[in-house]
Amino acid sequence: MAAQGTPKIELRGVKKRFGDKVVLDGVDLKIGAAESLVVIGGSGTGKSVMIKCVLGILRADEGKIFVDGEEVTRIGGRAREAMLKKFGMLFQGAALFDSLPVWENVAFGLIQGHGMNRRKAHDVAIEKLASVGLGPEVAMLSPSELSGGMQKRVGLARAIAADPQIIFFDEPTTGLDPIMADVINDLIVSTVKNLGVTTLSITHDMASARKISNRIAMLYKGKIIWDGPTADIDNSGNPYVDQFIHGRAVGPIKMEVRG
Amino acid sequence: MNILAPIGRVFLAFLAQTGALTRFMISAVTSCVRPPIYWGLIGQQMIRIGYFSLPVVGLTAFFTGGALALQIYVGSNRFGVESVVPNIVVLGITRELGPVIAGLMVAGRVAAAIAAEIGTMRVTEQIDALTTLSTNPIKYLVVPRLIAAVVTLPVLVIVADAIGVFGGYVVATESLGLNGPIYLKNTVDFVTHDDVISGVIKIAVFGFIIALLGCYNGFHSKGGAQGVGAATTYAVVSSSILILAANYFLTSILFGN
Repeated sequence: MAAQGTPKIELRGVKKRFGDKVVLDGVDLKIGAAESLVVIGGSGTGKSVMIKCVLGILRADEGKIFVDGEEVTRIGGRAREAMLKKFGMLFQGAALFDSLPVWENVAFGLIQGHGMNRRKAHDVAIEKLASVGLGPEVAMLSPSELSGGMQKRVGLARAIAADPQIIFFDEPTTGLDPIMADVINDLIVSTVKNLGVTTLSITHDMASARKISNRIAMLYKGKIIWDGPTADIDNSGNPYVDQFIHGRAVGPIKMEVRG
Repeated sequence: MNILAPIGRVFLAFLAQTGALTRFMISAVTSCVRPPIYWGLIGQQMIRIGYFSLPVVGLTAFFTGGALALQIYVGSNRFGVESVVPNIVVLGITRELGPVIAGLMVAGRVAAAIAAEIGTMRVTEQIDALTTLSTNPIKYLVVPRLIAAVVTLPVLVIVADAIGVFGGYVVATESLGLNGPIYLKNTVDFVTHDDVISGVIKIAVFGFIIALLGCYNGFHSKGGAQGVGAATTYAVVSSSILILAANYFLTSILFGN
């Protein structure tokens, strides 16, 4: 655990562009230890790009990214793999490996990343599946045999399998029915509480954002335009935030049909 | 000026692609010698790339050998030198048709399968997921396919050579009335190690091309189903063209003076 005061993750002036399109235009963000931050923002505002820059899947063009006070903006190879051992990630479409059975998906990071033997990793996988409400009978199934909600659960089990310190959630409730979405929200809340981890989530589902966060930041046009406790979101005094959380078509945010 | 602009754009795009492919190749080849090496995955890919290609390659080799015998018989018959049929069949199969036909068939089968599989993994974020699980996608996905293709295709081509020669033998003895034992004796006496080895070298290079382009196109596929479809097409077309081009240069290196 980082000492109080050192942010778990920090972004300083992070910029990223694809061709002529500027996606991140100087993002500044700090996430403290054991904090649950949700970044909200419309589709295509660069939320996914931001977390991919932190993970090193994409490389930031400018700016610096720190994890536990250490700069990780440009590290690669082994150093990056070591850094990623602190992380768990739940992808939007769960991104389960369809060539492997459910249990091996959950145990993947343990076997490949941490070099645990398969028998032991299998037991851990069964345990993690149980903690997201799935019985051992799904362990041998293929991911394609599962419903969307179950895939998300397996994705969550995989994200927490190696006991990470930081978990990223990319649109955890997108594509689920409202009840299953709430089940996943509850799971995230209880998991985070039990593990005491730091989380960064991105979503445009406000119900989910309110439930799983203690702080919310809004990304608009590549910058963080508002950042505050979840309880203050309704009194932000920011017309952009107001428009977004109430889902109004009329307001300062104009939908760009073509980026 | 307006006429030149698109030409320049295409040229720049071509250079960018070539550069990206070269970088991808270097990173794939250097990853082959750095641990961890996933032996289990290499074995799995050897079965999928080599073993499962056997029926397709065997059938095409059989018919190619048969057609070759027929053509050479028709040609040599005019000069009354039908006895050269076995010699030319074995030479044509081992040096040229065996590796090229096998290479093209495997390009259609394997490059397409690799590009579709890796492309789907790309668009469903499975490759990103590998990265977040501290696993290098190049080592996990590309290296096993590359090694498996380069190692198993030479074995495949030796089998294909034998089946092709057998195809020629069947047609020559059953339909053209040549003497079986003499045909076999001529074949064995005429073929040299160098003929077979040249074919093996060729197919090893083709295997590298097939696996590399399948993986490269899959890795760089964009969008959804359409992007994966396009990646699959590029993989097959580009690997087939490169195989034929490489075949020419290899032939001129191996047999030219």
